[in-house]
Amino acid sequence: MRAFLGRLGALLTGDPRADRVVPPSGAAAWLTLLSAGAMAFLAVFALALSLATGRLAERWAGALSQGATVRISAPAEQMAAQTRLVLDILAVTPGVGSARALDTAETRALLAPWFGPDLPVDSLPIPQLIEVTETGDGFDAEGLKLRLSAEAPGATLDDHQRWRRPLVAAAERLRSLGFLSLGLIGGAMAAMVTLAAQAALAANGQVIRTLRLVGARDIYIARAFVRRFTLRALAGAAAGTLAGMIAVALLPAADEAGGFLTGLGFAGTGWLWPLAIPPFAAIVAFWATRAAALRTLREVQ
Amino acid sequence: MIEFQNVAHGYGGSPLLSGMTLTLAPGSFHFLTGPSGAGKSTFLKLCYGELTPVAGRISAFGQDRAEMSRDDVARLRRRIGVVHQDCQFLDHLPLEENVALPLTVAGRAADATELKELLSWVGLSGQVRSLPPSLSGGERQRAALARAVIMSPEMLLADEPTGNLDWEMSLRLLTLLVELNRMGTAILVATHDLNLIRAAKAQVAARVLRIKGGQVQMAGAEL
Repeated sequence: MRAFLGRLGALLTGDPRADRVVPPSGAAAWLTLLSAGAMAFLAVFALALSLATGRLAERWAGALSQGATVRISAPAEQMAAQTRLVLDILAVTPGVGSARALDTAETRALLAPWFGPDLPVDSLPIPQLIEVTETGDGFDAEGLKLRLSAEAPGATLDDHQRWRRPLVAAAERLRSLGFLSLGLIGGAMAAMVTLAAQAALAANGQVIRTLRLVGARDIYIARAFVRRFTLRALAGAAAGTLAGMIAVALLPAADEAGGFLTGLGFAGTGWLWPLAIPPFAAIVAFWATRAAALRTLREVQ
Repeated sequence: MIEFQNVAHGYGGSPLLSGMTLTLAPGSFHFLTGPSGAGKSTFLKLCYGELTPVAGRISAFGQDRAEMSRDDVARLRRRIGVVHQDCQFLDHLPLEENVALPLTVAGRAADATELKELLSWVGLSGQVRSLPPSLSGGERQRAALARAVIMSPEMLLADEPTGNLDWEMSLRLLTLLVELNRMGTAILVATHDLNLIRAAKAQVAARVLRIKGGQVQMAGAEL
């Protein structure tokens, strides 16, 4: 660990005389800086997407798993009796915290978005809805369904699993895609830095041959290139990350009406995650340049 | 110092040099001559490890070339100074930094006084901040010589060092090589300039090797 920190310190502080032996790399320098900045900018958004969808998946899973609905479809003259029966069953079902039948006003409010506010709820054969709230451990949904079908044939339990699962799965898939995007961005950046480093190495073939001729070891020559590209990637990624974080901060704030898109961003300590992008970019650039340099140097005696 | 034992080398499967057995001893002064394309540069490259023999064995300072790692070759080049006809400088660095380059890559700082004396010895005191492209051919050759000796090498190899120089400048460079040899550095100069060899033999006990038919032979008294 001490040796690693020593090497890291040497890489950051550098040796001015050793740095000067490699001439300025021109286009390759800008290519590294710009590609690292662009990749870091994209990485911030991929990270924001991953974290936001992660939060969404947890919220959906948590909120929906705490509630269930019993729907009673029965002739009008049996509706009150069946409702009472179902409430009695729910009252003694382990894991059910509370249960209450929705009144006419609540039912009208539920249907208003589709049928308007003037729907004559009382004259229509609309099922009675019972809202069930679970306790922490939850109830045995399969057992409750069996009991309801036996004692109250018109009652159907909807524990939200059927439509909750695809939503949670979609959110988790989005989160995975976000992380996959981060991996692809890292790979693309490594490829860009490798190409830029190889271009710089090819352009400096004469410099490398001269350095070898006067007794330079491969690692000395490689270090001069690696330090340069690592610091450029770090600087570019820092600028790109900062720009990305500002852009995410300027996104509209999360609200109920906006839903998922307005929740795309960082929350709380989530803002610390993007700060890992510049060091990560520097590590990628370090290894990509080192591998490219040593590979090129092997071709020079 | 450097021993060749039945060494052979060639390019693309055809042999250029073969059956070479000789020793370059400490403090010796050798010329290597032969027509263009005979293999003089190849011989020098075998000496400083840029090429490996296809057959035979080369031992440099007691170490077998075949067993040398790339780092070993780098260390070998700190003990052998090389002067090329085309010099090879870092064009973005001033002359003094180019001359001090072997020290820089070895992680050592150049002593300012010693560097000044060295540049004065090769007659380049006035060009310390000049960039290599602005130097004349003779100045570049003398700068290459200064760079080759800054590590106080035990051996100096020079490949056609006077190829681009007039006779006066060639003699000046030769004088520097003779001085260096008198200080104990072994010298090997590859050249086809017989006048230079004759001028050297008047100053120092130089031996002449000639490449003929892929073989390295000791030249006769005609030189």
